[in-house]
Amino acid sequence: MTDNTQQDGLMPVKLVLAWLFVGIPLAWGVYQTLSNAMKLFQ
Amino acid sequence: MSFLDRSHTVAGPGFSRWLVPPAALCVHLCIGQAYAFSVFNLPMTKLLGISQSAPDDWKLTDLGWIFSIAIFCLGFSAAIFGRWVEEGGPRRAMFTAALCWAGGFLISAAGVYIHSIWAIYIGYGVVGGIALGIGYISPVSTLIKWFPDRPGMATGMAIMGFGGGAFIASPLTNTLINKFSTPTHVGVAETFLVLGAVYFVFMMVGAVTVRVPAPGWKPEGYVPPVEAQKLITKSDVFVYDALKTPQFWLIWMVLCINVTAGIGVLGQASAMSQEMFPGKITATAAAGFVGLASLFNMGGRFVWASISDYIGRKNTYFVFMVLGGLLYAAIPYTGQIGSVVAFVLCFLVIFSMYGGGFATVPAYLKDMFGTRYVGAIHGLLITAWSMAGIFGPVLVNYIRQYNVAHGVDKAHAYDLTMHIMAGLFIIGFICNALIKAVHHRFHMKPDHEVELAQMDVGAVSEPAGA
Repeated sequence: MTDNTQQDGLMPVKLVLAWLFVGIPLAWGVYQTLSNAMKLFQ
Repeated sequence: MSFLDRSHTVAGPGFSRWLVPPAALCVHLCIGQAYAFSVFNLPMTKLLGISQSAPDDWKLTDLGWIFSIAIFCLGFSAAIFGRWVEEGGPRRAMFTAALCWAGGFLISAAGVYIHSIWAIYIGYGVVGGIALGIGYISPVSTLIKWFPDRPGMATGMAIMGFGGGAFIASPLTNTLINKFSTPTHVGVAETFLVLGAVYFVFMMVGAVTVRVPAPGWKPEGYVPPVEAQKLITKSDVFVYDALKTPQFWLIWMVLCINVTAGIGVLGQASAMSQEMFPGKITATAAAGFVGLASLFNMGGRFVWASISDYIGRKNTYFVFMVLGGLLYAAIPYTGQIGSVVAFVLCFLVIFSMYGGGFATVPAYLKDMFGTRYVGAIHGLLITAWSMAGIFGPVLVNYIRQYNVAHGVDKAHAYDLTMHIMAGLFIIGFICNALIKAVHHRFHMKPDHEVELAQMDVGAVSEPAGA
């Protein structure tokens, strides 16, 4: 068995959704932290 | 509930292994909230007095125990339940972690409602702490099995989530508390309830998504190294036999030293930066420094663990020990010359290696003890974290306090601690240098594997295959 995504046509969609599901909150948190961290250089 | 069984999580044809890291992140991003628990501290000191603490309100010293109990239970539960997690499969473990994590918030909400600190100690501290331990190790061995070509990167991604969870939890908690607070009420209980519900859903998505590879599965195009590599075993070591090897305890020491150095400074970073650079680093700037440090802590988990796939685990820890030692020794000098930039740069690299140490260790264990029980062995190793959680703050806080009490200027109160940290890294370097391949007498024999796996802890009196 391999990473044969052709056998599941929905797999690319599932992958995008799964990564967005965790990526969006993480990116929001990092953005919030970076915004605060910039005060170090002001 | 059979859908939780390992046998029901075996991936079918067409499944992409790249769905497993987000499943692991669903769990780690949630339990990483623990690093942001301090956000609750101040509001919880005003539950009765609302605008200011009333005499019957909880003190910060009472509230500090919640996090300590949770971290203690993290190490304890990871060590106790490691084998169960390994044999039961990742879905059962993630589901249990989700139930305990949400349950911990629920009990804590009730504790706030009836104003019982003990309910919160039991809720967030004990039940939530068990969720932390089970959740932390739940995806580790699954990721290693899906990514035999890049085990460091795979576990680094998940463990990065634990560092990143606080970034989400901290602003989210503040937003929720503000939303639920009124002039006559502090909205902590409601925030606990909402967080518990949101985390439960998020973790369940991970539990439903996760899959284990079918027996004999290999990534497309992946050819396992034919030539034997000295420090990467092809055999497996039974979980409790690993405890009998010097390698386990040497890695335990290396991890403990790396975490001791990082955790002590991370907890004191704000005060230390302001005291070492009075007038140059303000409280606001120090808060920015702490945020930046947390980002490097998180990023280092992914970057260093990924690098370890190319340079090897032992070499990665050599870098941590040598570079870490040099940087700690250089910190007092940055204070003497008054260079904020040098100070910040030194610490950002140190914090990246602190995170990197956490993220690289599962792959180090896999190299030493094989993949079969790596999750359970990792669980046992996490006790090093619990110990470091005591050593680190003691080293930083008490030595500073002693120095200040004996007339040392606050700007130089950390110098001795930094030199002690550098010395610890020399010990870590030696421990890492002593790590050799595990003796073959500890390796599991194929015909004994099932039998060994069914044996009780106490019954394993001889090393497997000895």
